[in-house]
Amino acid sequence: MLYILQTALELGFLYALVAMALFLSYRVLDIADLTTDGGFVLGAAVSVTMAAAGHPILAVPAALIAGMAAGFVTAFLQTRLGVPSILAGIVTNTGLYTINLMIMGWSANVSLLKTDTLFTLFHNTGIGGDWYEVVLAAFVTILAGILLVLFLKTRLGLSIRATGDNMDMVRASSINPAFTITVGLCISNALTALSGAMVGQYQNTADINGGTGIVVIGLACLIIGETILGRRTIIKGAIASVTGSIIYRLIYAIVLYTKIVPVQGLRLITAIVVALAIAFPTIKEWFAFQKRKMAASRKGGN
Amino acid sequence: MLDIQNISKTFNPGTVNAKTAISGLSLHLNEGDFITIIGSNGAGKSTLFNAIAGVFYIDEGSIVLAGKDITFLPEHKRSRSIGRLFQDPLKGTAPNMTIEENLALAYLRNVKTNSFSRISKKDKAFFQEKLALLEMGLENRMRQPVGLLSGGQRQALTLLMATVVPPKLLLLDEHTAALDPGTAEKVLALTRDIVAREHITCLMITHNMKQALELGNRTFLMADGNIVLDVEGEERSHLTVEDLLARFKAGTGQELDNDRILLSE
Ligand SMILES: Nc1ncnc2c1ncn2[C@@H]1O[C@H](COP(=O)(O)OP(=O)(O)O)[C@@H](O)[C@H]1O
Ligand SMILES: [Mg+2]
Repeated sequence: MLYILQTALELGFLYALVAMALFLSYRVLDIADLTTDGGFVLGAAVSVTMAAAGHPILAVPAALIAGMAAGFVTAFLQTRLGVPSILAGIVTNTGLYTINLMIMGWSANVSLLKTDTLFTLFHNTGIGGDWYEVVLAAFVTILAGILLVLFLKTRLGLSIRATGDNMDMVRASSINPAFTITVGLCISNALTALSGAMVGQYQNTADINGGTGIVVIGLACLIIGETILGRRTIIKGAIASVTGSIIYRLIYAIVLYTKIVPVQGLRLITAIVVALAIAFPTIKEWFAFQKRKMAASRKGGN
Repeated sequence: MLDIQNISKTFNPGTVNAKTAISGLSLHLNEGDFITIIGSNGAGKSTLFNAIAGVFYIDEGSIVLAGKDITFLPEHKRSRSIGRLFQDPLKGTAPNMTIEENLALAYLRNVKTNSFSRISKKDKAFFQEKLALLEMGLENRMRQPVGLLSGGQRQALTLLMATVVPPKLLLLDEHTAALDPGTAEKVLALTRDIVAREHITCLMITHNMKQALELGNRTFLMADGNIVLDVEGEERSHLTVEDLLARFKAGTGQELDNDRILLSE
């Protein structure tokens, strides 16, 4: 039982970085960035390949830079070449498949055997005892979260937030939206790649299909967290990403353990939950409208 | 100060929807001029502002602001020296950011600051002082999201944001038209104060004829994408609303037609 909790915390913290990335792109910048799936695998591929070559620590900045590059391509397509934002992400994502295979030496799967990883290195320090994986995962994610919150309060961060909040205002002030969108997407994709990099070394493997559906799961985590914590402030958003992700992984673990639904069914449930959550305002409006129509027809009938 | 030479703009050229919104317009503003602009619906008033602000590039002609040719300068670069207010009070502020964050963004305009610096204590004190001048109690609500403010408060804040770093040129596009009369009066008074205090060169579109003659030092009447009447000085001080309407009719052969136009108050 404790083992389940431990695994849920580990995965929860590691995947929370994806939820945080989506918080930045989807909530703050108001852009549905579908680079995520490929960007996650990109991080894993770079990280595992580097670790296999004996550089588990250097793997992290390398993955961050790779993620930024992916975000830059999506932003470039969108801001300079006029490709609609959703399509820009899909295009980059598709291209990344080949890039990722190339990084992994044209094989669909790379595993780490008896090589040092961040986790084994950290284990050797003795910090955290049996919970060392949780401690390391929590440390990386919380640090990234703090840096993100601090960044969003800087002048550049404020400009990025304004870009997603009121495009009219941004156009009338001296902010260049093409620049702020580019910086925002670079950072969000760096976070996604960081998640992939950590998960890759944690699981000692990178798989070309390891990112499929990650974007929807990340959104689900964000929505779960926001439902609990509200979504007014930046700090709440960052905490919601982490909380939501841990809760999602707990649910996942419970489903896996109790088998109340087949684990394969979880994807469908996740997709339905995300669709409903995003559709919620429209559904609410529809019900309100129907109620008004009913009331009006009742009145008219008398 | 502002020199516009023979500018033209046609929307959707070469299609059935082609519309020449500005045709061969020229104007010259002096430093410190406060110009009021009136005209029929669709006369091209907003289009003139958009051309100056760089929302689009003009088809012909040139625009020179403070000695610098800005004809081909992108919008966000022009925004460094041009402040803008629109009719819709929701357009000028970011609702999910706090009052102080909105002001900090506006303050970015000219002040050379590090992108990674945060709002300092000194900035906050400065913003507080500026907000107090609005006399709306906003100085005590600096950490509240702007979305909680009323339309009038948001427009006053937008005015402050547009002028916190005094721009070379301020463009006001019917910025009080969507407010209730009392609030409109207040925002207008603030506008007058700030423009006078900072000696800002200002162009203001209004649909209030009386206001157009009372405020500022010079009035343009626009029709069909051009300025058809330009009055200032002695001549302007004796002009009544009726004179203005008559001169418009004499000049263009049409009635001044604007569904929102106010002839008196
Ligand atoms: N972006 C645009 N695309 C097409 N037509 C436009 C556009 N902006 C303005 N127009 C047209 O140009 C004319 C002038 O508009 P505008 O400058 O907004 O008038 P007003 O004097 O009332 O502010 C109108 O006929 C308007 O329909
Ligand atoms: Mg207009």
